[in-house]
Amino acid sequence: MTEATTASGTGTTTESVRGWRALGIQILVLLAILFGFGIWVANAPLSPTERNTLNLSTILELTGQHLALTIVATVIVLVIAIPLGILLTRGPFRKIAEPVLAIANFGQAAPAVGLIVLLFMLVPDGFRASIIALVLYAILPVLRNTMIGIRGVDQRLVEAGRGMGMTAASVLLRVELPLAVPVMLSGIRTALVLLVGTASLAAFVSGGGLGLLITTGVNLYLFSVLISGALLIAVLALIVDWVGRVVEHVARPKGL
Amino acid sequence: MADIDPRTETADEQAPGSQTTGSQPADAQTADEQTDRETTGRSIWLDNVTKRYPGQKRPAVNGVTLEIPDGQVVMLVGPSGCGKTTTLKMINRLIEPTEGRIVLGGEDVTSIDGDELRRRIGYVIQAGGLFPHMTVAQNIALVPKMLRWDKARIAARVEELLDLVGLDPDVYRSRYPKELSGGQQQRVGVARALAADPPVLLMDEPFGAVDPITRQRLQDELIRIQHEVHKTMVIVTHDFDEAVKLGDWIVVFREGAQIVQYDTPERILAEPADEFVENFIGSGAALKQLGLRRVREVEAADAVVAKAGANAAEALRRAEAAGHDHVVVVDERGRPIAWPSRRALSRMTRLPAQLDPAMPLVGSGATLNDALDTMLVSSAGATLVTGRSGVFEGVVDVETIMDAISSAREAAAERSDDAPVGTNTGAVAAVPAASDEQRPANPGDAAVGPVSDD
Repeated sequence: MTEATTASGTGTTTESVRGWRALGIQILVLLAILFGFGIWVANAPLSPTERNTLNLSTILELTGQHLALTIVATVIVLVIAIPLGILLTRGPFRKIAEPVLAIANFGQAAPAVGLIVLLFMLVPDGFRASIIALVLYAILPVLRNTMIGIRGVDQRLVEAGRGMGMTAASVLLRVELPLAVPVMLSGIRTALVLLVGTASLAAFVSGGGLGLLITTGVNLYLFSVLISGALLIAVLALIVDWVGRVVEHVARPKGL
Repeated sequence: MADIDPRTETADEQAPGSQTTGSQPADAQTADEQTDRETTGRSIWLDNVTKRYPGQKRPAVNGVTLEIPDGQVVMLVGPSGCGKTTTLKMINRLIEPTEGRIVLGGEDVTSIDGDELRRRIGYVIQAGGLFPHMTVAQNIALVPKMLRWDKARIAARVEELLDLVGLDPDVYRSRYPKELSGGQQQRVGVARALAADPPVLLMDEPFGAVDPITRQRLQDELIRIQHEVHKTMVIVTHDFDEAVKLGDWIVVFREGAQIVQYDTPERILAEPADEFVENFIGSGAALKQLGLRRVREVEAADAVVAKAGANAAEALRRAEAAGHDHVVVVDERGRPIAWPSRRALSRMTRLPAQLDPAMPLVGSGATLNDALDTMLVSSAGATLVTGRSGVFEGVVDVETIMDAISSAREAAAERSDDAPVGTNTGAVAAVPAASDEQRPANPGDAAVGPVSDD
């Protein structure tokens, strides 16, 4: 874990070490919670119905579906929001940046449950409807952070790049984007965590995922299942957040 | 950090500056510009260049015609918002001129590919403008990489340049900019601009962001570097003293990039074109002139010299015979150690052998300004001058400096025939008539050819 820290200077090394330590503690705590949950499931006096739902293969299957929803939605969000965000910081498109942000804001402000159900009426496939809703829901943080990250790059650096004969594309790829990476990544992490949470709602339109534990728990008054679902979703969100932080840590350009 | 070079045009393999490329303009460029004596710089010719921004009534730069001789340092000065930076950025076309022509070393570059042009021109901005996510070496290597130099050549060049700007390559090569001081960043900025050995260097307020002491040091460094590289440099500054210190020529602008005066620092100080320039120079023009001349350029007076530890009475006799009030006591290598007056001598038997720290002393490379300062501090009204390895050379007194000032003013008044052209062809009427008369070689119409009447 530590070799990534040695390359940069002395000042950053200690900071970096502290960062890694915090990350290590975070994942250990999460693993401990999962472990505790496993022990509880194995020993708790569960009814056959509860046992039926709370077994390892079902949980893994639901987690897989949940992750599939999250990952597919994230990939689509990235493919849409990053190029769009870059485009909206380029000369002529800067003017329409605000309207586009307003639309993206609208997507996030709309209640996610309503969005999913509405889309299910239009697209009668649970998975697809959920994906569309999730994408609409998570575009804003990525789009906004891409734009903020690029706008936050010191204009004098852009000018320095152009002044030494770099093309506009080269300045974007080699100066603006690398310097915007930390802000962009934190937007992506925010989107991921949002998506893990919101993907629970896919269960309402038979889109699968850990949300199914919650709906089952509610419908059948199985509190243990309900709480297990909530706990697993929370832990999954935190694990995804942890992965995001690790990536941020590794991908942060040296020298910043 | 992707190693992407999205350049699509063909690579410009040759080192720029080594040969003249491209088409010649119709005007006959003087032949000596292409034979590049010891300079590696190229001349710049702004031909009736105007920049208008949409929605603004007055042009930011109005019909500037400016000749920048090769291998010389030209300072663009003026109040903020006067268009000096815009003028600078039109040379490398970071700002595209609305009208007019830009000629670089005889080649019309007004409509060639801007990125390609800029790779041939070094560009330095305030605080260096280093990319924080790249090491010092990566920053310097940017342009050579764009020009597709091979790795070994780039590495050698980085080393050479870090040496040139006074940074130890082994220490600084792989540091990130944030690990450098402001002055060091600026040095790397200069090294980066020089990376591909461009004939022309443009600097936009290069030393504006560093503390005064560092600024002075960087200015001295730049003078030294220019002695080695002989580039054509165009430097924007709002600090007139900096312009006097660094410039071979100074262009004084006022709003709309109106050229008020284009002349040597000496002449601008001696003969400001009008009140505007006078105000811009600020008080103490004559004193500033002292900063332009070195002690070695004025004639130092002789003195009575005696060896340390010698007989004082004997030295006193010699001083009386020569009519001098003081005796210079030197050590066995000829370095001055004391400068006793006749009165002091009459009280001693042997000449002192210990160094007198209060003795006024300047090196021959010091400016007259420094010399005068030293004199004023000491009671003698004069100062000793030492040459190489501290050996005594002579005495300079206040009168010598007064003579130097007046002769400089006379000399400055005469020098005008080799002055480069600088006019506002578009708006002559807006220029005060008085400055027109004073400007040398000023045809004042749009049809001027480059350097036609040297």
